[in-house]
Amino acid sequence: MEIIPQRMRYDSQRDPRFAQDLMGSSRCKTLTQCIQCGTCSGLCPLSAYMDLTPRRVINLARAGFKNDALSCNTIWLCASCYACAVECPKKVSITDIMYSLKRLAIREGLYPKGSPIPVLAREFSRMVRSRGRATESRLVLNLYLKTNLLKLLGMWRMGLKLITRGRFSFRAERIERVNELRTVLATATAEAGEGPVP
Amino acid sequence: MKYAYFPGCSLKGTGRAYEESFLAVCGALGMEVEEIPDWNCCGATAYMSVDETQALALAARNLALAERLQAGAVVAPCSGCYLELMKSKKLIEEYDDTGRHIRRAIQAGGLTYFGKIAIRHPLDVFVNDVGLEAIRSKVRQPLTGLHVAPYYGCQVVRPFATFDDQRRPTSMDRLLEAAGAAPVDFPLRTRCCGGSLTGTVTEVGLRLTYILLREATRRGADVIAACCPLCQFNLDSYQREIKRRHGGDAEIPVVYFTQLLGLALGAPADRLGLRRNISSVRPLLAAWA
Ligand code: SF4
Ligand code: SF4
Repeated sequence: MEIIPQRMRYDSQRDPRFAQDLMGSSRCKTLTQCIQCGTCSGLCPLSAYMDLTPRRVINLARAGFKNDALSCNTIWLCASCYACAVECPKKVSITDIMYSLKRLAIREGLYPKGSPIPVLAREFSRMVRSRGRATESRLVLNLYLKTNLLKLLGMWRMGLKLITRGRFSFRAERIERVNELRTVLATATAEAGEGPVP
Repeated sequence: MKYAYFPGCSLKGTGRAYEESFLAVCGALGMEVEEIPDWNCCGATAYMSVDETQALALAARNLALAERLQAGAVVAPCSGCYLELMKSKKLIEEYDDTGRHIRRAIQAGGLTYFGKIAIRHPLDVFVNDVGLEAIRSKVRQPLTGLHVAPYYGCQVVRPFATFDDQRRPTSMDRLLEAAGAAPVDFPLRTRCCGGSLTGTVTEVGLRLTYILLREATRRGADVIAACCPLCQFNLDSYQREIKRRHGGDAEIPVVYFTQLLGLALGAPADRLGLRRNISSVRPLLAAWA
């Protein structure tokens, strides 16, 4: 049991390789420009709910604290509203950095267990990869079957409203040339020299 | 000029009323619009969170299909699709290696990605191509005395903002004025609605939505106008739940800005999907339909 909570990070917890790779990647190179002013944390509509504010994630990530940067709930609560990226005085592409961290967290299996947000992202991409389109009603159904059965039961009223107004799709959408799309996606992954999507 | 219409998944599902009213408005304005055949999902924020390369390829296939239509521009009413397509086009242009991978992938599917076609949002097209004067001249039923909170949401102007101001966009205000309505001053116009958090971390998502509803009411709005299916869904569908959690004022109708434009242009209510709204649009219909 942790008796005294750790309020600071130790040098030994750093992974300098992680920081180097991150700052070397084209989407995250602006990390180095951050002056820790806190503008992003101040205006982020979600920072009140984050375990680490966006400013702290930026700093921990570039210092190489991989575990903090990838397992915080911050990156998943980020709704990609771009408010921070637009107002950052040093033009740090914060939203894109959050995206990169999300992808790394999934690849490394480091996302917070039990959080429905990464589950939704993966379900969504799986559905689109295999059918070419997302059907919202089915997506929500799959999500709650996987994460929160009780919540599904609590949503019957909403479901009913959507059904009576013709906003609920029973049919799963699918494009005609699914094979063409699958070839495109597989080729993109191969061309980029990336591993299969986790 | 012909527009290649990219509906995106929501406009065929929970956001059907947006498609119906958008097409009705285009019809009333005499615009030529053709749906991109066999379009696929834009990828949205979710795909980007899992695999960027494939997300870009998804967007690029749509653009390649649109370029075959010989249209002047793609028009994407969903702000999420609009941003995802713009962002992908930009990344493909900006990074040579990314561009090469994506072009080859599209080619493997038997298509060609030229990256020439522009991506536009209906707000942009209505204000800058059709023009406010032309719209004003086609209004049959001015929405006189209707106080509207114009809600833009985040992704339609951020981060690219090609057609409007990033901090204080006004294109929807101007369109509503042309339709005879009175937009109220709504400072939260680009604040995040919570996006898909309403479905995943409901407690957090609904609070963000609640803040917007409360502010619109405070500002004296009779109705909120949205320009994105996710914003409209959040603001429209959870009002009962929000009231249970946070208390607060009476219901406020939440519609698409195209539904209001459509009413002003004289389109019948059933062609505008007005029976699909969950918040009560009855007062609106009583006065203008
Ligand atoms: S606003 Fe920009 S410079 Fe300021 S702390 Fe955030 S990322 Fe760093
Ligand atoms: S993009 Fe993400 S981190 Fe930035 S302000 Fe919006 S929610 Fe917060």
